[in-house]
Amino acid sequence: MRRKNWYLTIGGALSACMLAFTAVGLVWTPYPPTAMSAADRNAPPCAAHPFGCDSLGRDVLSRTLEGAGSTLAIALAVLAVGAVCGLAVGALCGWYGGPADALVMRLCDAVAAFPSVLLALVVLALTGPGKYNVIGALGVLFIPSFARLTRGEFLKYRDRDFVKSARLMGVGDLRIVFVHILPNIWPTLLSGLTIGFNNAVLAEASMSYLGIGVSPTEPSLGYMLKDAQGVLFTLPWCTAFPALAVILLILGVGLVGEGIRERMGGTS
Amino acid sequence: MPKFIKRALLLLVAAAMLPASLYGCTGGTEPSQSPAASAQSGELPPEGNSVTVGIAQDLSNLDPQLAATAGIREVLFNIFEGLVKASPDGSLTPAVASDYEISEDRKTYTFTLREGVTFHSGEAVTVEDVVYSLKRCAGSENDGKPLVSAFSAVESIEAPDGRHVVITLKEPGLEFFNALTAPIIPEGSGPTITQTMTGTGPFRFVSYTPQDSLVAEKYDGYWDQEKAAKLDKVTFKIVPDVNAMVIGLKGGTLDLVVHLPNNLEGEVKDQFTIHRDTMKLVQALYLNNAVEPFDNELVRQAMYYAIDVDAIIDFVCGGAGVATGTSMYPAQKKYFMPELAQRYGQDVEKAKELLAQAGYPDGFEMTITAPSNYAQHMDTAQVIIEQLKAVGITAQLIPVEWSAWVSDVYKGRDYHSTVCSIAADDMTAREMLIRYTSGHDKNFIAFSDAEYDEAVADALAATDEQEQTRLYKRAEEILNERAASLWIQDLCDLAVVSPKLDGFTFYPTYVIDMSTVYYK
Amino acid sequence: MGKTLLKRLGLLLGTLLLVSVLAFAAFSVVPGDPAASVLGSEATQEQIDAFRARNGLDLPVWQRYGRWLAAFAAGDFGRSYKYDMTVAQLIGPKAGATLTLAALAFALIAAISLPLGLIAARRPGGAVDRAVTVLAQVAMSVPNFVMGIALMFLFALVLRWFRPEYVPPEEGLAAHLRFMLYPALAIALPKSAMTVKLLRGSILGELDQDYIRTAYSKGNSRGSALRRHVLRNAMIPVVTFLAMAIGDIMAGSIVVEQVFGVPGLGRILISSIGNRDYPVVQAIVVLLAAAVVGCNFLADLLYRVMDPRIERT
Repeated sequence: MRRKNWYLTIGGALSACMLAFTAVGLVWTPYPPTAMSAADRNAPPCAAHPFGCDSLGRDVLSRTLEGAGSTLAIALAVLAVGAVCGLAVGALCGWYGGPADALVMRLCDAVAAFPSVLLALVVLALTGPGKYNVIGALGVLFIPSFARLTRGEFLKYRDRDFVKSARLMGVGDLRIVFVHILPNIWPTLLSGLTIGFNNAVLAEASMSYLGIGVSPTEPSLGYMLKDAQGVLFTLPWCTAFPALAVILLILGVGLVGEGIRERMGGTS
Repeated sequence: MPKFIKRALLLLVAAAMLPASLYGCTGGTEPSQSPAASAQSGELPPEGNSVTVGIAQDLSNLDPQLAATAGIREVLFNIFEGLVKASPDGSLTPAVASDYEISEDRKTYTFTLREGVTFHSGEAVTVEDVVYSLKRCAGSENDGKPLVSAFSAVESIEAPDGRHVVITLKEPGLEFFNALTAPIIPEGSGPTITQTMTGTGPFRFVSYTPQDSLVAEKYDGYWDQEKAAKLDKVTFKIVPDVNAMVIGLKGGTLDLVVHLPNNLEGEVKDQFTIHRDTMKLVQALYLNNAVEPFDNELVRQAMYYAIDVDAIIDFVCGGAGVATGTSMYPAQKKYFMPELAQRYGQDVEKAKELLAQAGYPDGFEMTITAPSNYAQHMDTAQVIIEQLKAVGITAQLIPVEWSAWVSDVYKGRDYHSTVCSIAADDMTAREMLIRYTSGHDKNFIAFSDAEYDEAVADALAATDEQEQTRLYKRAEEILNERAASLWIQDLCDLAVVSPKLDGFTFYPTYVIDMSTVYYK
Repeated sequence: MGKTLLKRLGLLLGTLLLVSVLAFAAFSVVPGDPAASVLGSEATQEQIDAFRARNGLDLPVWQRYGRWLAAFAAGDFGRSYKYDMTVAQLIGPKAGATLTLAALAFALIAAISLPLGLIAARRPGGAVDRAVTVLAQVAMSVPNFVMGIALMFLFALVLRWFRPEYVPPEEGLAAHLRFMLYPALAIALPKSAMTVKLLRGSILGELDQDYIRTAYSKGNSRGSALRRHVLRNAMIPVVTFLAMAIGDIMAGSIVVEQVFGVPGLGRILISSIGNRDYPVVQAIVVLLAAAVVGCNFLADLLYRVMDPRIERT
């Protein structure tokens, strides 16, 4: 008697749309995103430029496409680095505990003690700007939050009776971790993953909004928003479309996460 | 409903009400604070007879005699004065001096101290103060290196009596007089001047908060009651982001902004009076002539052919900038040569040919550093990057903080190329040209050309005005021919002034004179 | 408990020490000489040497670190290379602004998210829950600076409820907080949405546990089960999240400061990195880290108080 899972339906549809949108942006844009046209300066949305043009006559649709594409790519890469490493570290620490756990958690604290955007700022000051440096810097910064979340959950379940009895029955550590504990913490982790995706997109957008790590010539959603802030009244489309792209990107994946979680919750 | 939920709901409502009640306060108890309301009643804003001016750059070193950047000079103009002072028509009028005499051979300048001029501390200005100040400009506190470069021509500065100061030059100088706008400060105050900031101008320094603001108040003891400040207080608010500038204007926190980018005019034109002029400076893609490939004249010329200056002016200034073609701007009528802007029309084929000749048939990669607080420079850089693509040159834009730009690019010369603008301190051609002579300490593009050095040196030494002008023009031509940098334009200047204010005046140099501004 | 507390305090100091070592090491390998950056190309070698000697740059890294640490522990953060003032003078007021903003945002998050999370979890799948979840989902999809731009646009420029100019606390605490409310809201709205979501998920997870079923079987109503048993356990991940979020809130304040023109640590940090004004950067980094680690420590304490099971291990 499963109800229809609206989150998954709507989220999936939205994510598919955004994914298609950004995927298109990676291979094709109606105009070169940096091409300027004096005649189209400040053009409002029209047939030739559905999203209008900015004050340098650049097509906002093309820039949004490309900007969203690079934001998505960076966010996914950051999430991959952060989640995989964080999960491993958190599971090991939570399961085995001991001085190694304490040490690793201190390190995590040290890393997490820096607000992520700030640490990225410092790291990028050292490494210089560039996509891969942004991914590396943010990826490392995402490890502690996943590690802490996983560890916290492991601590919670480590001493539960069902784990203890499994242990007594001689079940191996790995099996307990993967078969007995992981399914229990899965909803929390998934929730953490969707939040992590949010944070990765947000961090990337915030950094480009601050003008860190990106070149103003490469379209990025954050920088477009910063650039258009002064012309909110005259060129609202320069703000509206990139903002909408960020919001929908996060919203879609967030809804999917919610949907998955609901389904898991419903069947367990 | 269970108590628990009720409590939660109550909390929620409280949380929702919190902002609402605060909005209520803002709207209810202080309606007079909204600029619209005060405009309607025709009264002064509640802050009193004061004005907040938005400026784009942080003021890193306040030493008035050093005044490293035009952005600092334009602010300090209100606080400090020299023996003479610039006026809106471009001429110099006596200030701390009431009268002066220039000897026939133009080597001896005798100034009569004006009676009744006092420092903001209330003390009268004496000849000792003047001699001290001028000697400091000549480098007395800087290992003999002049703080104001024109003072390198000074032989001696003396006060024969309590009323006169005599300056003797090593060589006759037609233009030295212009350097006497250099600020007069109290004797011995040099080492602490950035804290005390005591001058003789119509406004008195109150405070400076790095990255935030400089506050000045009307100086009641100003020597010229007719030209005394009409405002009681001026706050120069540092707003290094042009978008924040627009929001400040629209939100009523800024009353006056000079140098607003043209692209933003539409946002503010309904609410503000807009004065238009040019900025009295030269914007260019300045090329570091000391690094490859810009050490090659062919490359520089190729790049000049590759860009379309008129298109840049259209994009950045809506066509209202003026192409310069060299390091001189149109307000310097005597020296400006409009024909130089015509030499390099956009010609991609020619550019490619020159690049091939120079050994870069496929172009090259370069970086353009630009101060991120100046939208005009950032935009210009982006347009140039697009234009250079046509000849295979890939340029990357590196935005930097203003202070980092000053230390790394302007002083440190650690850059490929940069979009910025250079302004003059006074109305002499010297200011715009001497900096490009070999080895000059302000020659941040490291241009070096024997013919140029000679032309400028001759011009400086010239005793005949026409001859001097001819030589300066020759120097301008050389900068253009050699494409020392890609000279672009004198930017359009938008002064956005609150409709409640009047009296704003443009100068032919880069200054903001707040003493003339008043509430209608 | 007291002994554990002491141990954890020691760990906290250790963490901070680690942060300061990392930061110090990072800035000593960064390319670019602060002396050249501050003095400019016209500086003579003597001037550069004098600058380096004055600022102790001629010493080996570990000695410099030792000196810095000793001074820092004594409350002396050093002098800015760039501005003619001490680091404390320079960043003091700015740190105040950032901390106020962060604290206000944190308070708003708690005020908004706790009641909403509870209400949503009360009847999962109900209309209220759906509404809250959807709202939260949308709100958390809006980056804080976009929220900031929107708030600024609506309340300052269209409705004119506030003037978009920072009011320093000297001009009245009420006026200061009234202005800070908007940037704080910009930070708090997306973050509270996340907290609501997490709290709701966590409560529902706990409700499925055996001990709750037992509570039901003893005749407890859902409400009293929630109140008596669930909340405490359900708060554990939430507290973890909020403690971790302190860092994000700080970062959020630094971004949103740019939108609202609050003269906080953000601008000075960014420009000081550009200027290679390392005493300033170092002080800000360590102070921010101290704030975050301190909050994590508090969260850890709470964690122990709330879930005694952890104490046993």
